[in-house]
Amino acid sequence: MRGRGKKYWLEEIIFIGPAVLFFSLIVLIPFFIGMTYSFTTWNGVNDEITFVGFSNFLSIFKDEGFIDSFCFTAKFTVVSVTLSNIIGLSLAILLTRRLKISKPLRTVFFIPNVISGLLLGFIWQFIFTKGFGAIGSLTQIPFFKLSWLGTESTAFWALIIVTLWQTSGYLMVIYISGIINVPTELKEAAQIDGANHRQYFRHIMIPMIMPSVTVCLFLAISWAFKMFDLNYSLTKGGPYNSTKSIALDIYIEAFQINRYGTGAAKAFIFFVVVALITFIQVRITKRKEVEA
Amino acid sequence: MIRILKNHRRIALEIVALLLALICLSPFYFVIVNSFKSYKEILIDPASLPVKWILDNYINTWKELRFPAVFANSLIITICSNLGIIIISSMAAYRLLRVKTKLNKAIFGIFVMAMVIPFQSIMIPLVRVMSSLNLNTSNIGLIICYFGFGVSFPVFLYHGFMKSIPISIEEAAIVDGCTSLGVFFKMVMPLLKPMTATVIILNTLWIWNDFLLPSLMLHSRELYTIPLAMNGFFAKYTKQWDLALAGLVLSIAPMIILFLSLQKNIINGIVSGSVKG
Repeated sequence: MRGRGKKYWLEEIIFIGPAVLFFSLIVLIPFFIGMTYSFTTWNGVNDEITFVGFSNFLSIFKDEGFIDSFCFTAKFTVVSVTLSNIIGLSLAILLTRRLKISKPLRTVFFIPNVISGLLLGFIWQFIFTKGFGAIGSLTQIPFFKLSWLGTESTAFWALIIVTLWQTSGYLMVIYISGIINVPTELKEAAQIDGANHRQYFRHIMIPMIMPSVTVCLFLAISWAFKMFDLNYSLTKGGPYNSTKSIALDIYIEAFQINRYGTGAAKAFIFFVVVALITFIQVRITKRKEVEA
Repeated sequence: MIRILKNHRRIALEIVALLLALICLSPFYFVIVNSFKSYKEILIDPASLPVKWILDNYINTWKELRFPAVFANSLIITICSNLGIIIISSMAAYRLLRVKTKLNKAIFGIFVMAMVIPFQSIMIPLVRVMSSLNLNTSNIGLIICYFGFGVSFPVFLYHGFMKSIPISIEEAAIVDGCTSLGVFFKMVMPLLKPMTATVIILNTLWIWNDFLLPSLMLHSRELYTIPLAMNGFFAKYTKQWDLALAGLVLSIAPMIILFLSLQKNIINGIVSGSVKG
């Protein structure tokens, strides 16, 4: 960089230096080291690191456990993203209709979000094993009498239920801000033109809140795909590894079985998939946004 | 007539909304109510109110969990991480926006792109890096990790926010002989307050509640944060619901109290953070 004096570089270092330093140390360097690890068989303890080329990746694609957790995570993401956005948007529509109690209810629906996912899992362990049983014997509704954490299909839905309970409120808050920002002229114009509720919803509100939809889909996908805490504390991947998310699988591979090499290879594949999903999703929804 | 109908409809909607809210709150009811019961009573009847409200669970858990110490650990880590993240990310964002060299544009680009990297992709080597620097024995190492992970999103948020701050005031101050650090801390930083509030809220929700990173970085029980301590406690007292539930109530209480007292700010902060993000 010619022509830039000492002062330029001094200021550059003072202002940007710390951020770049910590960011490189914690994110960039480990990220690249991780890529190298994925070509080795390292157990994390001794210094014996052997290069094995692509064999970690090949073994992952043959590893049924990993493929299962990939399928589980994909299924979980599709179901939870769809449902949490439907619920979040419905709550937002309900609470923007000038109900007397809408302000306090926004707070209520948001509360589960401020609690750690780990603690939510513990709370719901109690609800599923004891609370549901109690409701079941009071009301005789079969829904509450299932062994929620005991069978493969119900454990999946148990995770979905808790995720919906936790995240819908957050999405609701974002949808509410989108709905409130729909210009009043548009609402009035729709009324004058005699649009009914459904027409207003489809042709005015949805296109106008597309930016919120982008944000909410983005958030929900990233939460669901990276789910760890709740999974760890509620089902621990069980029963029979049927609910093991990719994040949990990588964690177990590296820190419980001590296969850092395969763990790193899985982590790299995980990164590629997350990056791809994010990229595709942002492109699609950005295209659908309209200007007022 | 139409008016009465409309009124009926509104009341029906209010009732629906209220019912949904009760369902949403019901897990808290179960947890709180049972935390005041004896173990036997929880097993016999988890649904009704306690026959006799007892505090023993809380007294025992408070001691066993070492709640004041654990709470202090969480607090120290959250506050230090927040302070560091705010200072380094706002300074970086300021420079990256005001001095648009090729290098700075590239650095900003890397910060933005790196937001996609999931934590699991770096956690394995990170543990190794931190232990080779001997930073895995104290909470300072954990705080440094939060600096590193926490910096890119706020840089992005501040960068966007600062575009609306006119550059002319700063130029005048520099002509008057202020240093650029002086200009930043005296003039720019105060203008960033709304965004700083958002950054604090998002960081606090994340750092206070985080489990995985602290579990990889903190090995001594003395340093445990609330989620870590609760994880150990829960493993030790599996199915001892009387103690476990009291522990859970204690653990979630600080965040819920904070949220209820600042709810409007928190929700606004979250909206502006997400919509710009």
